[in-house]
Amino acid sequence: MGKHVLLIEDEPNIIEAIKFILSRDGWSVDTHSNGANAIERVQSMRPDLVILDVMLPNKSGYDILRDLRDNPMTAKLPVLMLTARGQTKDRELAERLGVNEFITKPFSNSDILASVRALAGAG
Amino acid sequence: MPRSALTGSRIRDRRTAKGLKQADLAREVGISPSYLNLIEHNRRRIGGKLLIDLSRVLEVEATQLTEGAEAALLTRMRQAAADTHKTAAEEDRADEFAGRFPGWAGLVAAQHDRIAQLERTVETLTDRLTHDPFLSTSLYDVVSSVTSIRSTSSILVGEEELDDEWQARFLQNLDNDSRRLAESSQALVAYLDGVGDAQGGATSPQEELEGYLLRNNYTLPALEDGSATPQDLVADAALASEPAQILALTYFKRYAADAEHLPLQSFAERYAATPDPAVLAETYRTDIATILRRIATLPDRDAEQRIGLVSCDASGTLTFRKESPGFSIPKFGAACPLWPLYQALIRPHSPVAAIVEQASRTAPLFRCYAIAQPLRPARFQGPDVIEATMLIIPLEGAHELATGVQAQPIGSSCRICPREACIARREPSILADGF
Repeated sequence: MGKHVLLIEDEPNIIEAIKFILSRDGWSVDTHSNGANAIERVQSMRPDLVILDVMLPNKSGYDILRDLRDNPMTAKLPVLMLTARGQTKDRELAERLGVNEFITKPFSNSDILASVRALAGAG
Repeated sequence: MPRSALTGSRIRDRRTAKGLKQADLAREVGISPSYLNLIEHNRRRIGGKLLIDLSRVLEVEATQLTEGAEAALLTRMRQAAADTHKTAAEEDRADEFAGRFPGWAGLVAAQHDRIAQLERTVETLTDRLTHDPFLSTSLYDVVSSVTSIRSTSSILVGEEELDDEWQARFLQNLDNDSRRLAESSQALVAYLDGVGDAQGGATSPQEELEGYLLRNNYTLPALEDGSATPQDLVADAALASEPAQILALTYFKRYAADAEHLPLQSFAERYAATPDPAVLAETYRTDIATILRRIATLPDRDAEQRIGLVSCDASGTLTFRKESPGFSIPKFGAACPLWPLYQALIRPHSPVAAIVEQASRTAPLFRCYAIAQPLRPARFQGPDVIEATMLIIPLEGAHELATGVQAQPIGSSCRICPREACIARREPSILADGF
């Protein structure tokens, strides 16, 4: 435990809830709420895991994920994606781009926690 | 045997279906049984009083015994058979079926018409659900609020040692999210109530204006004769939203200028004599786009033959839509890139004329004229603002095509277009099996 998570999400109340759940579980959580300079934030913070929303202002989560995978520094960084759209094609697109885990909103807190624990263990 | 010769067969079928003997029917209508026999074997043509008498006794409309009235029904039945590939209807016996069971034949045709109408409704709703930005944003708001509420309430219920400060914060968040959810839901319900009628329910200023124009058949007499100004007409139109009123004023001003330059009566006469937009533009010393717009405001002879018009800006966004029956125009999102409208857009100032075939069951044909030109005079500074305009004239059928001319296959928009192998396809279609 004690690992570092970067949460990229633009809904303040969702940020607060996820941050609370993970902090209680011993995680260090930083947040970022804009798609535009998310890559730079990941590179400067070097988290153990990224939780990434799809619908973000200025740049979509899919585009951020593609950029992460294209960069050797972040190519293997575990990414948990959150989306309001759970259609097969959205999941397939995320998998094609190299997502590690995909959770559809609304999610349960235990799902988030279980996925983060599993990904951090694998990372 | 030609259909025109089959009135006698239909009389015979109807008689036997009613259980009447030839001699009895002949006596009822005052002719000899041998003459009726000749009629029933299509060796004598009948009409006038005898036909009416026979139809009265056989309790069927006279027109159902003759070829004229049945031709349209047979065409619809054959269309139904052609559109339903998975069944093997005996098309060569359609005459016989319609003659013997006109009620059932009418039902087949009516159901085919109903299916086509429902498919158009599905296309409209699919288009709206897929591309409508309001719906997309509203649903995203709802899901985000629900996500936050679910997560926050789980914390409040599940965390036993939650201090007062955190508890207060989460309760506040819960209150905010529940309010947001209530507002999003109300907006969504109000919106969905509005689109219950797929043909109506204006969701944008452009749709509001187009709805007004449709109700007025796209011809505005008050602007034609100058009895009202564009401003008067905007006030009279009673459009609900201010953006729609602004769009209407721009449209009415342009309409009034076109009407002044090209007076309705004389323009209609010249168009009837010379339906070539380029020739008319030369005659009136104006540009082709003005001619296309003016043709689209001529009173339509009938709604089924309504001439359509679309305009788009340089981004390809449709800025005006007047539908021609059978030429489906998407309300949201991009249209078919193979439309002559877009061919014109990539070559400004070069007129484009083409015969196109829309992707639908009936494969209707249209003659299209299009041109793209700047919206303002050329200048050295600033970007050009281009508008493309396309006139859509329905053709009655392939017989209107000159020998050797092939119609260009087009669609409405990729998502609802069944042409799987199209070279311009942007995304897969949701329509399978030629739906």
